[in-house]
Amino acid sequence: MPLENKPKLKIKPIKNGTVIDHITANKSLHVLKILNLPNKENKNITIAMNVSSNEIKRKDILKIENRELKSSELDQVALIAPKSTINIIRDYNIVKKEKISLKDEINSIIKCINNKCITNNENEPINSKFQIISKAPIIARCYYCDKLISKDEINKQFE
Amino acid sequence: MVHIFNFNDIITIKDLKREDIDYIIDEAFKLEKVAKSEENSDTLNGKILGMMFFEPSTRTKLSFETSMKRLGGECIGFENSITSSVAKGESIADTAKMFEAYCDGLVIRHEIEGVSKFISDIVNVPIINAGDGAGQHPTQTLLDLYTIKKEFKKIDGLKIALVGDLKYGRTVHSLAYALGLYDVEMYFVSPKELKMPNEILHDLEKNNISYYEEENLKNIVDKVDVLYVTRIQKERFGDIEEYLKIKSRYIINKELINGKNLIVMHPLPRIDEISQDVDNTKYNKYFEQAFNAVPMRMAILKQLLK
Repeated sequence: MPLENKPKLKIKPIKNGTVIDHITANKSLHVLKILNLPNKENKNITIAMNVSSNEIKRKDILKIENRELKSSELDQVALIAPKSTINIIRDYNIVKKEKISLKDEINSIIKCINNKCITNNENEPINSKFQIISKAPIIARCYYCDKLISKDEINKQFE
Repeated sequence: MVHIFNFNDIITIKDLKREDIDYIIDEAFKLEKVAKSEENSDTLNGKILGMMFFEPSTRTKLSFETSMKRLGGECIGFENSITSSVAKGESIADTAKMFEAYCDGLVIRHEIEGVSKFISDIVNVPIINAGDGAGQHPTQTLLDLYTIKKEFKKIDGLKIALVGDLKYGRTVHSLAYALGLYDVEMYFVSPKELKMPNEILHDLEKNNISYYEEENLKNIVDKVDVLYVTRIQKERFGDIEEYLKIKSRYIINKELINGKNLIVMHPLPRIDEISQDVDNTKYNKYFEQAFNAVPMRMAILKQLLK
């Protein structure tokens, strides 16, 4: 392939921070919502949406400057983007690379779809809690009321 | 060593293994004489049971109170949200914390699902779920199984039909799980609008438990040993004509079951889903079932509070 036809990197490398790669196409805004970003401390965030990927055909990429996300913060991302990978960047070099893994239990991120579930009662000191009973496709079960929640019902909550 | 019935709380029947259920049924048999006042017991002397009934109840509440008193203990509590401080806006969590300070155990009924589970995580006294919305009602299930065992001297090998509102009826949800621990043939008989929820079917299938779904009561009435009947509630239907039409197809009367070899059970209250002409027949086990709540709940309280 002639050099001028080679695909160019569309977004610039970051000096320090976190790159979340292989996000399911068009889900990067959902991921930001889960991570509660951007916020006062993390202002510079670059998003690439629906770009081509060898591994998953189409993907999103997030570059978060000057913040190294902890794996505990990223576990919840697996709920909507299970194939994501994390790169921690220091001085333009990747110092750590890992895959996100969906934990057996998730807390607070999604709501139970059962209106009659105690977790939807605002008067009580309680957070939602789910057990992941299937990872592909994702099925979550409410710890309190037992209701099953499908992948589509989870995704709908971030729209 | 196997620890049988080593529980702090009774929240869902799914927490119990078959040997736990068999054990508590045996314990209930031993308490029959005390339940009938033929013998006295002071097993729970000095213990206080807190009754948090946010939703109305007759049998469940009265049988817990009777059970506690037959064992020498006492009860305090309220029987609807209006007469409790919840009416002033106090949270369920705060109310439960107060009860925890006064009682040795708590019985909770609430229209919201998962309340007992939530409370059991935040207080240190035993919690008994006495019904949470359309969720679970585990002690009803234990007394249902006790009734079946008392009648047939076994549970394995029986053919059992759960009839009526299988979608919202919490007693049939718990019962289906528990029957799955035995070698029984289960028939789920309901209109298609009120089928057993996916959550329950998912679990049964995952545990390789087979069941049959059926809409027509007449197709199974010759096959089964137990008809476990629940009420089809008017409020589940938008159209009153539709409700009346469907309801009439699930009414148990003497004509339907005459000559058959089965028993009829019902968690009660019944309205008209079992015709009164069944009351004075050998098929009627629903009043016996209501009595059986006492020895079974005595056995449960004895295990948790002693």
